[in-house]
Amino acid sequence: MRKIRYREALREALREEMQRDPRVFVIGEDVGRYGGAYAVTQGLLQEFSPQRIIDAPMSEAIIVGAALGAAVVGGRPVAEIMYVDFATLAMDQIVNQAAKLHCMFGGQLIAPLVIRTQQGTGRGAGPQHSQSLEAWFAHVPGLKVVMPATPYDAKGLLKSAIRDNNPVIFIEHKGLYALEGEVPEEEYTIPLGVADIKRPGNNVTLIAYSYMVHTALAAAQELSQAGISAEVVDLRTLAPLDMDTVSASVFKTRRAVVIHEASQFGGFGAEIAASLQERLFDTLTAPVRRIGGLHVPLPAHSQLEKQVVPSVDQIVQVVKEMIGTPEMAAKHATTQTLCCKSI
Amino acid sequence: MEDRETLTNLYYTMLLIRRTEEKILELLLQGKLASSMCHVSIGQEAVATGVCSAMQPQDYLTSTHRGHGHIIARGGDLRRIIAELLGRATGYCKGRGGSMHLVDINLGHLGSNGIVGGHIGIATGAALWSKLQNADRVTVAFFGEGALTEGIFHEAANMAALWQLPIVFVCENNQYAMSLPWTHATAERSFARKGEAYGMPGVEVDGQDVLAVRQVALQAIERARHGEGPTLIGAQTYRFLGHSRGDPSPYRDKEEEARQRARDPIRLYQERLLQEGILTQADVDAIEAKVAEAIADAVRFAEESSPATLDSVLEDVFARQD
Ligand SMILES: Cc1ncc(C[n+]2csc(CCOP(=O)(O)OP(=O)(O)O)c2C)c(N)n1
Ligand SMILES: [Mg+2]
Repeated sequence: MRKIRYREALREALREEMQRDPRVFVIGEDVGRYGGAYAVTQGLLQEFSPQRIIDAPMSEAIIVGAALGAAVVGGRPVAEIMYVDFATLAMDQIVNQAAKLHCMFGGQLIAPLVIRTQQGTGRGAGPQHSQSLEAWFAHVPGLKVVMPATPYDAKGLLKSAIRDNNPVIFIEHKGLYALEGEVPEEEYTIPLGVADIKRPGNNVTLIAYSYMVHTALAAAQELSQAGISAEVVDLRTLAPLDMDTVSASVFKTRRAVVIHEASQFGGFGAEIAASLQERLFDTLTAPVRRIGGLHVPLPAHSQLEKQVVPSVDQIVQVVKEMIGTPEMAAKHATTQTLCCKSI
Repeated sequence: MEDRETLTNLYYTMLLIRRTEEKILELLLQGKLASSMCHVSIGQEAVATGVCSAMQPQDYLTSTHRGHGHIIARGGDLRRIIAELLGRATGYCKGRGGSMHLVDINLGHLGSNGIVGGHIGIATGAALWSKLQNADRVTVAFFGEGALTEGIFHEAANMAALWQLPIVFVCENNQYAMSLPWTHATAERSFARKGEAYGMPGVEVDGQDVLAVRQVALQAIERARHGEGPTLIGAQTYRFLGHSRGDPSPYRDKEEEARQRARDPIRLYQERLLQEGILTQADVDAIEAKVAEAIADAVRFAEESSPATLDSVLEDVFARQD
């Protein structure tokens, strides 16, 4: 299959949805002439028109507000907020307006808009350009939250997000734009709310999303060399959340580690950990572990930044702590297949 | 007429900003900067220099993502600036902040900011407190024309005029916000009328003319100091280079760039000083050498300093109560 980059996959989704539905348009800062701060919308201004790829003034509140208003009366806007950190300037429009409108007005209005943004570390961009704020949005009823980790998922999920009748916060990762992956030429979509098993395994489930999926996969690879078989579940969307896929995996492996770049304190990992213990308390052989970022404003210093977010080594170490020795892991694996069979 | 010392200092400061930023770009290309974020103000030196020269030592200022010039013009310690960019513990933010977050509370510099317009709120609050305290203090808020379209600017301008706060809003109009030309950003492009809409004077000035900037700033700061309220200054200038590294500015007309670069504020001012006999070529050369020495010293200091540590960052998440 052909391989394309994450940013190209996103661009294809935008292009295809704009071709398919004349109501779809893009609005944001530097999305037209500049092609987007991370080059996602590169070339779209030339392919479409300034009416459909709109370079807005630097005004995050009204970029989201205008997208929302247009959505209410029939448009299908995709608003780009250059960094998730700047979404804070549009929080009223996102949280009090877009998220509430459908339910608050008795179902009369809909808000079919997508807010595309990006977050995370990797560029030494500092405390106001590197935050991971997904938990804020996931906590607000009425918002869908999507966080793709691969080019394939990015494309399929963005298409679904654009077709969705609800406000969708679509959070990309600045460290993933150049990542290459297989993406078919043929049309496809990926439904929101379906997690994906990125690597099968038996001894432990690593639950991640966005960039951390790749960190988890690297850890799983390293663990396999130590005789530990880790399953990697990519949530893909935080809201709606596919707890069934997560639970089924953890039911099988009986151990779970949730990994995210966002501050561990009050982070989304706590939601997963709590749900797992509610569902699988008796099945778990160890407490669900969380590995998140340190609770600290991110340093702009690239070397320090790396130390703030989860690493492969950290995941490997936590899993080894949970499992003990490889021999123990093997023993667990056999008892657990027996358990599964007996159900 | 300004005295010779003032005139010479203005030249020295502008040149120091220019050469420091050239050095910063060199360090960036050598991969020596601790962070990838770095915006230089080459071409805009007259604004920072002219405005800061009009401030008193007790005054405050807030700055932007393009803030090297502001802190240098305010008399910031070049050693700590370079150390910060190289991620050293001796830097202004102990090496963790980088180019976008320079600060020096001892100079009344309340910080540069990665959020466009974010610091305008802080500046307005500093002015409010100065007024409530009857302090003889004026706050200068520097910002790019891009910030004019952020909500915080409108709220701040309204409040400052309403309560006659001692603040000067200095808009450095370098004509672009990343790729967006100013003509595509706002419909009312007269600073006089913009100011009037909030109930404050709006003054436009040639931002490539350091003496003109200084004059306008002296008047606005004087007004603010005497309780007559805020002023909006629109300094027309130009960003000679890209928005940041890796931006060749394909969205700009090359003829426009050439025309604007021909109005280099440092060269214009140097020509004037030479013409009017205020400086000789030997003086100019001596200033160039002095600037070079200051920068070499700062780089040396920074390179010899120990690197920033994560422990120190963790210690500073909350302020201590003592
Ligand atoms: C609230 C916010 N929106 C967007 C950005 C991204 N951004 C950084 S600088 C910039 C352009 C700023 O233009 P201007 O205010 O004119 O300052 P200049 O860069 O021209 O000095 C943009 C869009 C940001 N940092 N903060
Ligand atoms: Mg500008």
